[in-house]
Amino acid sequence: MDRSNNIWNRIDKISLILFLLLIVMGWVNIYAAVYNEEHSGLLDMSQRYGKQFIWIAASLVIAIFIVIIDNRFYFFFSWFIYGACMLLLILVIIVGKEINGAKSWFELGGFSLQPSEMAKFGTALALAGYLNTKRQELTQFSVILPASAIILFPALLTALQPDMGSSIVYFSLFIVLFREGMSPYIFFSGLLMAVLFFLTLLTNNLYLTIALIGISVFLVWFATRKWKLVFLGTVIFVFIAVILYLLDHYVFKSIGNELVIFISLILSGIVYAIYIYNKRAVSVLIIYLFLVCSTIFINSVDYTFNNFLPTHQKDRINILLGLKSDPHGTGYNVNQSIISIGSGGFHGKGFLQGTQTKFKFVPKQSSDFIFCTIGEEWGFLGSGIVIGIYLFLLLRLIKLAERQRSDFSRIYGYSVVSILFTHIFLNIGMAIGLVPVIGIPLPFLSYGGSSLWGFTILLFIFLRLDASRTEYLI
Amino acid sequence: MKDSFINRKYVIMVLIVLASLVLLIRLFIIQVVKSSYRLSADNNVLRYVTQYPARGLISDRNGKLIVYNQAAYDLMVVPAQTTKFDTTGFCDLLGISSDLLRKQMRIAINYSRRAPSVFLKQVSNETYAKFQEKMFMYPGFYVQPRTLRKYSKPVAAHVLGYVSEVDDGITRKDPYYKSGDYIGKSGIEEAYEKELRGRRGVKIFLVDVYSRIKGSYEDGKKDTLAIQGTNISSSIDLDLQEYGELLMKNKRGSIVAIEPKTGEVLTLVSSPNYDPALLVGRIRSDNYALLSADTLKPLFNRALMASYPPGSTFKPINGLIGLQEGVITPSTLFACHNGYLFIACHSHSSPLSLVGAIGTSCNAYFCQTYRKVLENPYYNTISDAYDKWKGYLNEFGFSNKLGTDFVNELTGFIPTSEYFNKYYGKNRWKALTVISMAIGQGEVGATPLQMANMTAAIANRGYYFTPHIIKSVGSDHTIDKRFITKHQISIDSANFESIVLGMEASVNSGGTSTVAAMKDIIVCGKTGTAQNPHGKNHAVFIAFAPKENPKIAIAVYVENAGFGATYAAPIASLLIEKYLKGVVSNKVREQSMLNLNLMH
Ligand SMILES: [Zn+2]
Repeated sequence: MDRSNNIWNRIDKISLILFLLLIVMGWVNIYAAVYNEEHSGLLDMSQRYGKQFIWIAASLVIAIFIVIIDNRFYFFFSWFIYGACMLLLILVIIVGKEINGAKSWFELGGFSLQPSEMAKFGTALALAGYLNTKRQELTQFSVILPASAIILFPALLTALQPDMGSSIVYFSLFIVLFREGMSPYIFFSGLLMAVLFFLTLLTNNLYLTIALIGISVFLVWFATRKWKLVFLGTVIFVFIAVILYLLDHYVFKSIGNELVIFISLILSGIVYAIYIYNKRAVSVLIIYLFLVCSTIFINSVDYTFNNFLPTHQKDRINILLGLKSDPHGTGYNVNQSIISIGSGGFHGKGFLQGTQTKFKFVPKQSSDFIFCTIGEEWGFLGSGIVIGIYLFLLLRLIKLAERQRSDFSRIYGYSVVSILFTHIFLNIGMAIGLVPVIGIPLPFLSYGGSSLWGFTILLFIFLRLDASRTEYLI
Repeated sequence: MKDSFINRKYVIMVLIVLASLVLLIRLFIIQVVKSSYRLSADNNVLRYVTQYPARGLISDRNGKLIVYNQAAYDLMVVPAQTTKFDTTGFCDLLGISSDLLRKQMRIAINYSRRAPSVFLKQVSNETYAKFQEKMFMYPGFYVQPRTLRKYSKPVAAHVLGYVSEVDDGITRKDPYYKSGDYIGKSGIEEAYEKELRGRRGVKIFLVDVYSRIKGSYEDGKKDTLAIQGTNISSSIDLDLQEYGELLMKNKRGSIVAIEPKTGEVLTLVSSPNYDPALLVGRIRSDNYALLSADTLKPLFNRALMASYPPGSTFKPINGLIGLQEGVITPSTLFACHNGYLFIACHSHSSPLSLVGAIGTSCNAYFCQTYRKVLENPYYNTISDAYDKWKGYLNEFGFSNKLGTDFVNELTGFIPTSEYFNKYYGKNRWKALTVISMAIGQGEVGATPLQMANMTAAIANRGYYFTPHIIKSVGSDHTIDKRFITKHQISIDSANFESIVLGMEASVNSGGTSTVAAMKDIIVCGKTGTAQNPHGKNHAVFIAFAPKENPKIAIAVYVENAGFGATYAAPIASLLIEKYLKGVVSNKVREQSMLNLNLMH
């Protein structure tokens, strides 16, 4: 008894307050997003804000349970929980209810549960459990591969539902591997590929290639600090590119700008190679390889998407990217979402005053697009505060993670940070048109029992572990 | 256990902070820097519904309604808000083809996906009622109430004119007009467009994503009400107009009747004409094309736009000028031996005084009078004498626009002395050269309206008011100043009396116009025959009645009808009787005129 009283004292108050702040803000904005005059009662159970009230109450009960349970439970049962979660993910593909073409939900008498929201903390626990003893060897592939398998298995199962958004989130756990010693090259090339993948789908890849060349030139200067080298490289590349472009324009007429740039890159690389060989400029070589590989990567993503995929598969990917629920054509969701947020201005239009929100111009506004309500009704001020709270929470959690005595707790803590961060960045990024439409919720703010509970469990297991950080787990 | 990778936490922290900064910068750009999103949000949610005013009503001089309004509905569409719908059911409901549906949708989408465009114009009340029940099935469509003209009787098309939708040329020229507005195109509708059109209003609604109206914007504070057009009282006598058109059925020609005391046009008929209802609503453009192509030219307003040689109806005015110039007196006698020089005359007693000459329409008398006018020794040259003569004509409104409220009006033609000087050499022409103008032939041309106006001036014994089709505008009964300005003619009223006596004799004392005589009303008239080089001559008759305190002055033209007394005079007398007594007593004459068909 004495101990459980103590445990509440040792729970990180700052994280707790931020958590409470977020769920209250979430509820207020869900109220605004689904508000209609006939059902203005705060606890009208036929409305989403009424239901969210229940989810919030339940999540608080869950949080209390998690804190009461002994911290060693999570350590010893991590594999069991992971296994159970994987079982649920397999089960949902078989018996799940199909909604919008994806089998992501269990339905049990009017009550739906999304196992992918739960599997996140299960995966985090298993990863922490596995690396707890192995982390010194994370530089070796014999450890990286099983760790990757733990991460990619649920990602694969989620992708099979198919729920691309949730699947992508698992990849964020590589941040944890990076923190624990995985080679930064693997990490950053993975990160780069992810960024390039999104950018390819969002923008013209010719511009993207040109931007990459610019970045590379900068990197060469950064690595060597030699203006002459940078200048020479640029001149050689531009010279070849101009000749090829003119040839294409007047003679061949069939190469295309992307290929012109790519061939110029290869040719200028050959000319360049002599210099690299003579000066043993390894960093320049790496940068050059990075540039060539990225160019190949973005062009092949784009090419595959446009040329190899049959139309129905392309549609499928569009569906996976969340473009499917568009009632008015491609890009409608994002356009309306940006209009909502953009029209909020600096101060916002005020609570219940957002016309975009009130008249339902953005689909899924209480769940995936809840940030539109914040942006429209609370303006840049409100959006900034929300981002600030998230940033504060994430940095706080990193701080907590770093003060753990056990590797298990720290690794779990970083998993929480990675998952929350990815959700926040992708969700808000999607609402303001920075990343493609990926249907994932905004932690603690979006409507939905499963996601709220999933995030609550995720966070509170860590807060529980942190509360007992002075104790050894074994 | 030393953690060799502890510094990597900074990399992760930097990553998170950078990502947050990217989000904040993007938010700053779309929320604070760019203001266009506010507009887009407003465009999403605000629908400006134009409140079209009903046009002013037009009634006749006795307050009988001639033109009023009927409800019609423009079916509007906002393409972005439409969803897939049952096109067959939709087309059946509106009675349109699927081709038209596709075409209209394409036009609307090309115009704007988010802004409303007209899908189908002027849907009838019945179709609207049917459509309204099913409207919930077709999001993105809504109706906009309009009004269309409706006519109490299928008459007076040329007087009333018609209303059509503004085209690009008009919207570019006059910023008041927006695409979709209506504008008066001829007749009263055109002349009094500013008064009749009223003022547009606008209602601002909030609509949701399904284009359902959710309420008014700012409680309607920004709304403006449509103001109905001003009502207008026409000077037309609807019964008389209808009767005139009836009498002119199957004949080409025109009738203009004026109240001499005021210049108010009582009747203005141009035949053949058309039912004004043909040029209303969706059928307008098709019918307009048909009417334009009609070889009988029903759209052509002869009363204002056709110029005829006045023929013998010109004699009274030449007599007047002769008297005023002092070259003849009422008792001046001229002999007639079946004509004068090369101008023939019919047989009658000779010599004749002025009254008798008008009565029998003696060509010789007026040729000699005209010769005296032009050879008046008071003037040094024939040009001077001729200019003096033409000056009188101008005072009567000849060879000028009268300045009526009709926008289109022909000037007619009286040649200037310059014209002859150029043709024959300066003053190398003589009275005999132009003698045919003595009897209203030759170069002279005048519209029926001008002839009716001349008749009114004779009836008034020397003055007239500019003929106008409008009695008063609005509830305060205003009227343009130019219609209450008296035009005094510089001819003594005593001279007019002699002419009036001649016109009285023409009708009542065995003259050429006896067919127009009535038992209890003294009609003063003059027949005429307008030469027609293209076929049979046109019959002309001018008259006013009663002789004292005249109430009506009239000019009747019946094309290709020969001598004026045969057809024009009976029609005029029927109209005079109808106007003065309300009923027509001579049923035989009425029937023969109604049955007369001069169009083969
Ligand atoms: Zn004679």
